[in-house]
This record gives sequence, C-alpha cells and structure tokens, in this order.
Amino acid sequence: MQVLQGLAILLTLQSAGEALARLLHLPYPGPVIGMVLLLGALRWPAVQQRVQAVASFLLGHLSLLFVPVGVGVVTQLGLLAEHGLRLLLVIAVSTWIGLAVTALVLRRLMKAWHD
Amino acid sequence: MTDFVQLWVYLASTPLFGLNATLVVYVLALAFYTRMGQAPWANPVLWSILALGTGLWATGTAYPTYFAGAQFIHFLLGPAVVALAWPLWERRAALRAHWARFTLAAVVGGAAAAGSAAGLAWALGLPAEVVLSLVPKSVTAPVAMGIADKIGGVPSLAAVFAVLTGLIGALSGKTLFALLGVGRDATGWMARGFALGTAAHGIGAARALQVHADAGAWAALALGLQAVLAALLIPLAMRWL
Repeated sequence: MQVLQGLAILLTLQSAGEALARLLHLPYPGPVIGMVLLLGALRWPAVQQRVQAVASFLLGHLSLLFVPVGVGVVTQLGLLAEHGLRLLLVIAVSTWIGLAVTALVLRRLMKAWHD
Repeated sequence: MTDFVQLWVYLASTPLFGLNATLVVYVLALAFYTRMGQAPWANPVLWSILALGTGLWATGTAYPTYFAGAQFIHFLLGPAVVALAWPLWERRAALRAHWARFTLAAVVGGAAAAGSAAGLAWALGLPAEVVLSLVPKSVTAPVAMGIADKIGGVPSLAAVFAVLTGLIGALSGKTLFALLGVGRDATGWMARGFALGTAAHGIGAARALQVHADAGAWAALALGLQAVLAALLIPLAMRWL
C-alpha cells in the first residue's frame, strides 16, 4: 500500500512539475521541478514514510530503466557507421575528463575542510 | 511452420513483446553480472542493450514496435528522477554542511565533461546537431533529452549519448580512479561515487551503488544535483556562447 501511495505522490509531483514548467515557462524538465517539490515536501513524516519504499525500489533498479532508450541505438546505426569512431572517442574522453575533474576537485575540497 | 510464423508476427506486434523481452533479458543480464562478481565489463545495461538490439536486428523488428512495450519501463524514468529527492533528503545534514563544496565540484566537473565533449566533437568536425546533442550527455537521459531539445540538439541522439556515457563511466570508473589514486577511504568513496553520479548519471550511480553503499548514496546525491544544475546552467551557458 505504501508503495502505491508513494508512486501516487511521485506522479502527482511530476505532473505538478510539468504544469509549473508550462505555466511559468521555466527552462526545466517537469521531473526535475517535481524533484525539488518533493525535497520540500519530505519535511512531513507522512510523505517520508510513503516515498521511502517506492524511491528505494525505483533507484535500486535504476539501470533497468535506461535499457529501452539504450536499445534506441539501433535507430542511429547510420550515424554511428558514419561517425562511430570519432563519437566513441569524444564520449569516452569527455567522460573520463568529467569523472577525473569531479573526483579530484571534491577530494581536494573535502581534504581542505578536514585539515 | 506457417502457424509458428503467424504466432510470432502476432506476438511481436503486441506491446507485451517489448515489455516482456526487456524484463527477461535484463533479469538474465543481472544474474550474469552477479555471477561474474560484478565485474565492470559484465555490466547488465550493456549486455541487455546488445542482446535486445541484436534480437531486433535479427528478427527485423522495428524499434517503434519494440518501444510500444518497452515504454512502460522507460516511463518510470520520470518518477525515478522525482524520487532522487530521497537520497538528497537522507544526506541533508552533509548537504547543508558542504553544499558549496558539492555544488562547486558538480559545476566544475559537469562543465569539464560538457565542455570537453563539445570542444572535441567540434574539433573532430562532427555536425552541429551532433555537437549540441553531446553537450547534456552527463545528465540522466530524460533530463538530457529535455536540455537537448532546448539548445537545438536532437533528443533521441542525446538519450543514446547519455546511455553510452553512463556505460563508459560504469565500465572504466574503477580503473580510472585507481590510476588517479582516489582511494577506498571515506573521502575516496565519496569522491568516486560523487564523480560517477556527476559524469555518468544513473548508470554510473547504479554501478556505485552495487560496489559500495556509501559511494552509491553520494552518487545518487550527485545525480540529483547534476540534473538540477545542468537543466539550469546548460541552456543559460548556451545563450551566452
């Protein structure tokens, strides 16, 4: 029951996020606004209890949710055949740069704080 | 034989097929991943995509036919993004104490990933719409699609690039962090998890969560933070450029 109530809360806030984005012409995707709304709503214990179970379930299986979009790579085979190697190079190198910069910056900031 | 062909044609055209195939293949891929001791190369998303993609190609099934069923799983990405508020809430004490450090690391790391992707793609002479679709690739797929749409990229391309980015992060994070000397102490796990959530979004965060509970929590926090920051800053930055 709590999972269903939690899902109802998530969907309601997602809809609210979509509505706010359209009405106020905000440059954010609806789910991101929904996330900010939920962050505010979590101060109420009633919301916490209901959201915890469904959030753990959804985030625990997050990687499954990327499979349908990932299979969409079959629709881009033409592009990949044409630019595949360069695309892979760009994606790999920029991901490594992003990972390295984030990890090293955060580590340095946290070490500076500890000292 | 013709009966069998007719049955296949019928089954392959109902939404049940895409949903069923996605779940079964993923469950098998996850079992394989567990069996391989969660080795990065055995990543369940990678093998699910390869198996399903090959299956569609071999049977001549169109992607929209597959997606008619798979969309029920895809749809859950929306509520999952909303649910990211939960790990942020759980870590609110750390977030309150270190919000400036987290935000700085997320902005600098996210900008490094997006900037290097756009710069490299441009230098290698990739078409403009491809370059623009590469910019939001570190952000979780549904948000990346929204951003790509706003800045003149192609949403479906951005989603594929985001998934490839997540896979590369999940596959190579362990080796990269070892090379950089990011350790396995509390600060090291925080830096590893946070970096995976920032630069390799949900797929990187899922990997972090499987390896170490703390790293997973920091990754989920970074993922939520990156979604908010990127949705805010990328369209703004593109307006200035």
